[in-house]
Amino acid sequence: MITVDLADTSVRALNDRLHKLQPETNERAWHVINPKGAHALACGLTIPIEVIIEGHAGYYCAGMNKEATVIVNGHAGQGVAENIMSGEVRVKGNASQAAGASGHGGLLVIEGDASARCGISMKGVDIVVGGSVGHMSAFMAQAGSLVVCGDAGASLGDSLYEARLYVQGSVESLGADCVEKKMTPHHIAKLERLLARAGIKTDARRFRRYGSARRLYNFHVDHADAY
Amino acid sequence: MCGIVGLFLKNPDLRPSLGRHIKVMLIGMTDRGPDSAGIAVYHQPVERNSCKLTAFHADPHHHWREIGGQLAEALAAEVDVEVKGNHAVIKVAAPDSGARAWLKKNHPDVRIMGYGELMEVYKDMGLPADVVARYGVDAMEGSHAIGHTRMATESAVTTEHSHPFTAAPDMCLVHNGSLSNHNNLRKWLRHHGHDFETDNDSEVAARYFAHRMGEGATLAEALEAGLSDLDGFYTFTMGTRDGFAVLRDGIACKPAVLAETDDWVAMASEFRSLANLPGVDQAAIWEPKPAVVYTWSLQ
Repeated sequence: MITVDLADTSVRALNDRLHKLQPETNERAWHVINPKGAHALACGLTIPIEVIIEGHAGYYCAGMNKEATVIVNGHAGQGVAENIMSGEVRVKGNASQAAGASGHGGLLVIEGDASARCGISMKGVDIVVGGSVGHMSAFMAQAGSLVVCGDAGASLGDSLYEARLYVQGSVESLGADCVEKKMTPHHIAKLERLLARAGIKTDARRFRRYGSARRLYNFHVDHADAY
Repeated sequence: MCGIVGLFLKNPDLRPSLGRHIKVMLIGMTDRGPDSAGIAVYHQPVERNSCKLTAFHADPHHHWREIGGQLAEALAAEVDVEVKGNHAVIKVAAPDSGARAWLKKNHPDVRIMGYGELMEVYKDMGLPADVVARYGVDAMEGSHAIGHTRMATESAVTTEHSHPFTAAPDMCLVHNGSLSNHNNLRKWLRHHGHDFETDNDSEVAARYFAHRMGEGATLAEALEAGLSDLDGFYTFTMGTRDGFAVLRDGIACKPAVLAETDDWVAMASEFRSLANLPGVDQAAIWEPKPAVVYTWSLQ
């Protein structure tokens, strides 16, 4: 385990070291202490290493992550794991707005709550939230799954494309073109696998599924009110 | 973009260290606002029926003492002047309205940054670190303080456009965001007898809340009313004589983090500014919800 203390190292120096690692490196376990809410921690990683951040992270932590595992032992600021391509990002506390924004792949787990716009424009990432999500979550989500074990705020899945949304608790309101869909055994099995990957124990059968009604894909004058 | 911070001490034992903590919090928001910085601090109450004004003049060698002498003579009241940078704290053994009216009439080039029994307001151009050093924020004791770091996007970098804004005795407001209906609101407030000193939308918000409280609303009720009357983006932090409040608009695109322990409540645009507070590791830390009024008051 390599420890980097941000009390005496800059974020740029930390990210530089992580970026220079070669695929065959033996330096695969990293421990970052004293993050104190610094931005852009462990961004742009491209090889399967593990980085544990001991404390609260600022904005865009683990952005653009590829193959690496990044664990935040605290809360995360805005845009955690934005544009994640693969690998896993796990926040033990809460996440601020736009968690997993535009994520293409991989897994983002937020064990606490995520605030507004969680999974905005997600393009294939799987996001599992142990608590609740704020308003406008999964806005224009294109692919992937958003699992919410608590409640979802207003306008869930507004202008949604093909992402799948699973919510265990209440939904304050659905956004334009987002509708409840049938939870089939196929979806229950998929959700069970996702919850298992996220390490969250709850009964997949208690979730409701939401998805796109596919009425906004092309402009149709009869649907003008829904835009 | 702007950074805002606020620290409200619940435990009076911490009051000697207020300035030290708010200084670190304000400097922590330098990236969000390197152009100018401001701070309102609540401390050193004047005696009953007295007031203190924080006044500003662009000339750092302004003839404050002479003004103090004239003011004392005009009001037949004791006046004490303390000069700090291009600010002066003027303590007057008379109500604030007379002192303010006299200054406005006889020294229109002097701007009153804040007034009341407790609150002092310092705002100036430059990096937050330079501003806090210039005004000796480090050594300030007190019960609560609110600060702002500004990155100007649409109006000039001047002391006048810096926050906090004040609109009533011992009341101040800092704002991150922009209001879209400030012209109409300004008109409405003018109609109700409020004078404006700048074209700044945040001043409109400060005067709006002052107006509501003047009508008898509590701090929480005034903010609640603001949710329907103020249109735009905002995270507000407000201070009153014995109160502290935070409000975000319903869309909540301007950031805010709250942290609370048994000893203090702190607000900042980003966690970075809270990271060095004593006992922050044990604090409850959360993001204030959209359109929810948060208030605290001194016991």
